[in-house]
Amino acid sequence: MTDSLANMIACPKCDALHRIPHVEKGARARCVRCDTVLMAPRDGAMTRIVMLSATGLILMIGAVFFPFLELNVQGLGRKSSVFDAVLAFSDGLMLPLSFAVAALIVVLPIMRFMALIYVFAPMALGWQPARGAREVFRLAEVIRPWAMAEIFIIGVAVALVKVAGLATVTLGPAFWAFVLLVIVTALKDSFMCRVTVWQTLNQRRV
Amino acid sequence: MSGDGMANAEPAQGVITARAAGLIGCAECGRVHRRDVPLCTVCGAPLQSRDTASLQKVWAWLFAGMVVYIPANVYPMLRTSTFGNTSDSTIVGGVLELVDHGSYGVAFIVFFASVVIPISKFIAIAYLAYRVQTGKRGHARHLHLYEVVEFIGRWSMIDVFVVAILSALVQLDFVATINPGIAAVSFALSVAFTMVSANSFDPRLIWDTREGTPA
Repeated sequence: MTDSLANMIACPKCDALHRIPHVEKGARARCVRCDTVLMAPRDGAMTRIVMLSATGLILMIGAVFFPFLELNVQGLGRKSSVFDAVLAFSDGLMLPLSFAVAALIVVLPIMRFMALIYVFAPMALGWQPARGAREVFRLAEVIRPWAMAEIFIIGVAVALVKVAGLATVTLGPAFWAFVLLVIVTALKDSFMCRVTVWQTLNQRRV
Repeated sequence: MSGDGMANAEPAQGVITARAAGLIGCAECGRVHRRDVPLCTVCGAPLQSRDTASLQKVWAWLFAGMVVYIPANVYPMLRTSTFGNTSDSTIVGGVLELVDHGSYGVAFIVFFASVVIPISKFIAIAYLAYRVQTGKRGHARHLHLYEVVEFIGRWSMIDVFVVAILSALVQLDFVATINPGIAAVSFALSVAFTMVSANSFDPRLIWDTREGTPA
């Protein structure tokens, strides 16, 4: 009984039972009922995820501390970093919003990158999964919708248009670091298939 | 097998669900378990054939999100002072300002993210939860609607970030200052609450009523 259960998979979105098919590298298996992608193994996906996450981490450090935007009006200038944007809500009632913004655009994306490196680096090297890899990967999946770096970038673009009439705005190095960060995040997520990751984690476990 | 690189998983005897087979499928990793297993052996997630409290959570968070969306639109989002004149603008006011400046594209983005997405999200979540509650048949298009809601909801945060950036950047004493208004807080809460509401929905509930009926 247990053996036959291991050969089946229930679609996480609609509960339809399937026999686990053999899926070629680069191909996908979809649920027959709701079309959800069940398995999508890729060649070297683990290595790519680790490398992209590491790149993301480095870019994030640059994005936080380098000047982000620079504003000039009639000789008055002001540089601001992502850190300043976080502190924008720091007085009085709005202080919690400052924490929330910090979490959404900096802390959670960093946590997610670190979690993915922790889970995938040993796997990419062909080692056994790190201790607690399951919990860490589950945490990374919970964080996923709350890591909003890419939305922040669109927000910056909108803000630029709003102040364009008022002042001259120059984009700082951190802005470009953030743009790269968004591309890296999108690429990384495209290599990751949750069910496939779990199956691999399970196979490599002692 | 086919040229586009797709291989459909083989259905086990037509479409039969894990629950109909007397089993539990893990919502996290898809692993199938016997009914008496409490935690998934593959990923460690708690196993539940259906999240029975799902709808309650969905409705509660949805109402909370709708309630805080009201002050988000009534109170000012931004307080701009230029040369001693202070003006407040609400979400819709900010959009109208952008239209006045002729930035139709950006006005559209902000309007879409702060008004169209939140309101359609309220309607979509309520519609899905209502259908499940009244036991109506679900189809693949309802799951797709749910996936769109889940995917697009976070983009409403744009306006909160815009306010944060503007307030950080435009601090030029007498010439121009921009400060956040209290609506930024309630808007951020509204987006967060509806995201939690959408995340609490168990999509497997969509299909349930189909099971008793012959396909």
